[in-house]
Amino acid sequence: MSVRETIVEGYRGALPTLLVSALGGLLAGGILGGMEAELEAVPGLLVVVPAFLAIRGSVYGSLGSRLSSALHQGLVEPHFTPDDRLVSAIAAALLNGLGASLVAATFTFAILTALGRRVAPLWTLALIALVGGALAGVILVAVIVVVVFGGYRRGMNPDNLVGPTVTTAGDIFGMAALFVATRLALAVT
Amino acid sequence: MASDWSVSGITRRLFPILVALTLLELVGGLTLGSFEATLRRYPSLLVLVPVTIGTAGNLGSVLSARLSTAFHLGILSFDVTDDELLGNTITTVLLAVTVFPVVGAGAWAVARVTGGARLPVETVVAVASISGLVLAVLAVAVTVTAAYTAYRFEADPDDVVIPVVTNVCDVLGVIVLFGVVRVIVT
Repeated sequence: MSVRETIVEGYRGALPTLLVSALGGLLAGGILGGMEAELEAVPGLLVVVPAFLAIRGSVYGSLGSRLSSALHQGLVEPHFTPDDRLVSAIAAALLNGLGASLVAATFTFAILTALGRRVAPLWTLALIALVGGALAGVILVAVIVVVVFGGYRRGMNPDNLVGPTVTTAGDIFGMAALFVATRLALAVT
Repeated sequence: MASDWSVSGITRRLFPILVALTLLELVGGLTLGSFEATLRRYPSLLVLVPVTIGTAGNLGSVLSARLSTAFHLGILSFDVTDDELLGNTITTVLLAVTVFPVVGAGAWAVARVTGGARLPVETVVAVASISGLVLAVLAVAVTVTAAYTAYRFEADPDDVVIPVVTNVCDVLGVIVLFGVVRVIVT
């Protein structure tokens, strides 16, 4: 391929995906932009945000590509049945998502404390991470199963759907879940 | 292959990577924390945060997926005159130059709807566009370095390069945004 062909093909292929996931990012940003009161009430919350969103991306991106490969190999059927493989892949995604969120909250607390910066109590951050991780996890599992299985049944290659779905839905639902979890944590404090 | 799908099997492979990327992302988080006051004063900049991180990571992951494929196909050489490398570098810059001004205008509009557009639209567009251009250049540098390192160590670029590049670009997204906001806004 000539340089020009590489550019045209690469640009056309990537632009729609980038724009769709930018739209997701903007909606997530709209939620974050409206969280003035919560950021004030939970010092350290903003520090957790990038890690929290990145964990969603990695965990559910990995679940999506696992399901997608398994469909191609005929290991799972393209409809939701309480199949052992499917259940354990979903359980592993949820557990890893929760575990990593808890790690993020704990490190945020430890680092900010060590730096002498203002930080919310550990249990507040941990509660937000767990509730937010669980809420986002349940929604994202549903979105991924529907998109990957639905796309496959319609004759699409789920490999091409996983990336954009996870980045877009992960940002929106990740941020929304963090917002709801923070309100909840503040309500019980 | 059955054990491949067990909760413990998946966790053994996934969790160490998650912890490593969490620590990396906290560098971005701490950077955000250090200009939290500015971000909260101007909600349109706060709106820019997830989308800048996401788009920077996406630019890196698109480029690394393409370089990875070119590498598997044997059509990539790590030479500055390589057509594949040059073409993909230009594509990344063009994509950034297209998407980031839209992102800036979008962030301003979202902040305006949610009642917090205190910065003029041209300032937000300028912050997004300059950040985007710097990020495109950095994304290329990071991706090429990571792909070259994988190639030297004979690792499969698909396994290592994409997660590393995506998360490094996420963090760079925040750091570049911080730098540009300091120069333009404060």
